[in-house]
Amino acid sequence: MAAILSLRDAVQQFVHDGDTVALEGFTHLIPTAAGHEIIRQNKRDLTLVRMTPDLIYDQLIGAGCARRLVFSWGGNPGVGSLHRLRDAVEKQWPHAIEIEEHSHADLANAYVAGASGLPFAVLRAYAGSDLPKVNPLIKSVTCPFTGEVLAAVPSVRPDVTVIHAQKADRKGNVLLWGILGVQKEAALAAKRCIVTVEEIVDDLNAPMNACVLPTWALSAVCLVPGGAHPSYAHGYYERDNRFYQAWDPIARSREAFSAWVDTYIRGTADFDAFKAKLASTVEAAQ
Amino acid sequence: MSYSTAEMMTVAAARRLRNGAVCFVGIGLPSKAANLARLTSSPDVVLIYESGPIGAKPSVLPLSIGDGELAETADTVVPTGEIFRYWLQGGRIDVGFLGAAQVDRFGNINTTVVGDYHAPRTRLPGAGGAPEIAGSAKQVLIILKQSPRAFVEKLDFITSVGHGEGGDSRKRLGLPGAGPVGIITDLCIMEPEAGSNEFVVTSMHPGVTREQIVAATGWAVRFADDLQHTAAPSDTELSALRDLEARTAQAHGQAPGEA
Repeated sequence: MAAILSLRDAVQQFVHDGDTVALEGFTHLIPTAAGHEIIRQNKRDLTLVRMTPDLIYDQLIGAGCARRLVFSWGGNPGVGSLHRLRDAVEKQWPHAIEIEEHSHADLANAYVAGASGLPFAVLRAYAGSDLPKVNPLIKSVTCPFTGEVLAAVPSVRPDVTVIHAQKADRKGNVLLWGILGVQKEAALAAKRCIVTVEEIVDDLNAPMNACVLPTWALSAVCLVPGGAHPSYAHGYYERDNRFYQAWDPIARSREAFSAWVDTYIRGTADFDAFKAKLASTVEAAQ
Repeated sequence: MSYSTAEMMTVAAARRLRNGAVCFVGIGLPSKAANLARLTSSPDVVLIYESGPIGAKPSVLPLSIGDGELAETADTVVPTGEIFRYWLQGGRIDVGFLGAAQVDRFGNINTTVVGDYHAPRTRLPGAGGAPEIAGSAKQVLIILKQSPRAFVEKLDFITSVGHGEGGDSRKRLGLPGAGPVGIITDLCIMEPEAGSNEFVVTSMHPGVTREQIVAATGWAVRFADDLQHTAAPSDTELSALRDLEARTAQAHGQAPGEA
């Protein structure tokens, strides 16, 4: 059974230094608030897994929480580079970071394999690509039936996965909809799973075949309205494209980034306080 | 109507998508061209985005690969793993439509790194869905602006394979799809030459000279014997493209042309 906890308590209990952590959400439902809380609690030496690192991992990497990054596409969607990721890879700031690079199909399959309790995923991929040359974990396997040589990659089995969803009920059953990315697979691949939600309701009223994660498969459910911002929550709020654009100059400079993290994340008690501070800044700028 | 070279590129790319084709669409220029095709010559083109929407019909261009409107206008939305496993690897994609940071003469793509991988001069976003799209789609179209930095003699990194080392090397790699059949740029259209599979210029856009194309290509580019001239964008094509960009700019709060 998932415990209904504050996000602070959930991160304290379930995310440890040195853990392999997957904060998933493919453009939609990115668990930003949980990323902030990990920074606030100054977790260290994390292996961060995520198909699209996005701003959430740019922040965690810049804040020094990551030792290793497992990913498949590292840009600021529609804007450009993730400057903190690039600074860590190109100039080792704030410290060196190991990168383990895959393709989307590979990581998506690796989550499926993780959720399936399998040690590796098999897919038709990488023939002729240079990625296996720089990622020794990409290997091949020969089909015992046809002889076809296919790519084999280790499954993703995080210590803890964090996702954001629209709704939970009071028992901690979770409903999500819209673009689902690899959230269900990431949740089921992990030893522990934290879900932040927009609201907690008496009855999910989930349609048959909807994507529901049962409470007994989760560790904690945390009420964090707006917790995916600047990503979006389908049916609740839209993607804040302007924030993605505004992030570019903040992340470009180490000083601007550090000041931003100190003010908005380390300088706030929780995500509600972060939202209030951000809103007052936006208001003052108008 | 007068038009820009960027508009010519998008229109020329859109014309390559036949009506009814099932198209796996990358974000940015491919998405713009694919949606223009859907709004003009190919209303029944099926657009699939890697985030999960199948049959997306957005009224404005998505800023990200997973914008909500893609889901709302889709025939169905499936998990990302399913997109790659059932729909792409399963062999159901007619055309993979890709952008690139760099290409070489065989249509191989680099979106990973400029310089040495372990000490990069420029770290690019990485593979995303492109390697398997390039491998498994029945055909691949590539769209990017032509410049010597983008059209290079040798790629620093092969992220996604086109025709490999040329000739039958793609076949020998065992890739199921036919590989890239066109590179559409702001100057011209290139297609693989029979046999060598080296991309040669097969159609020049109006007003473009051979010298311009040579100067914008990092390898000794060749021109097909039966070199064609691309038809200028029609008023219908241009109006549809400009309306789409204006709607997009308004929806995303951008300046016109920024989309």
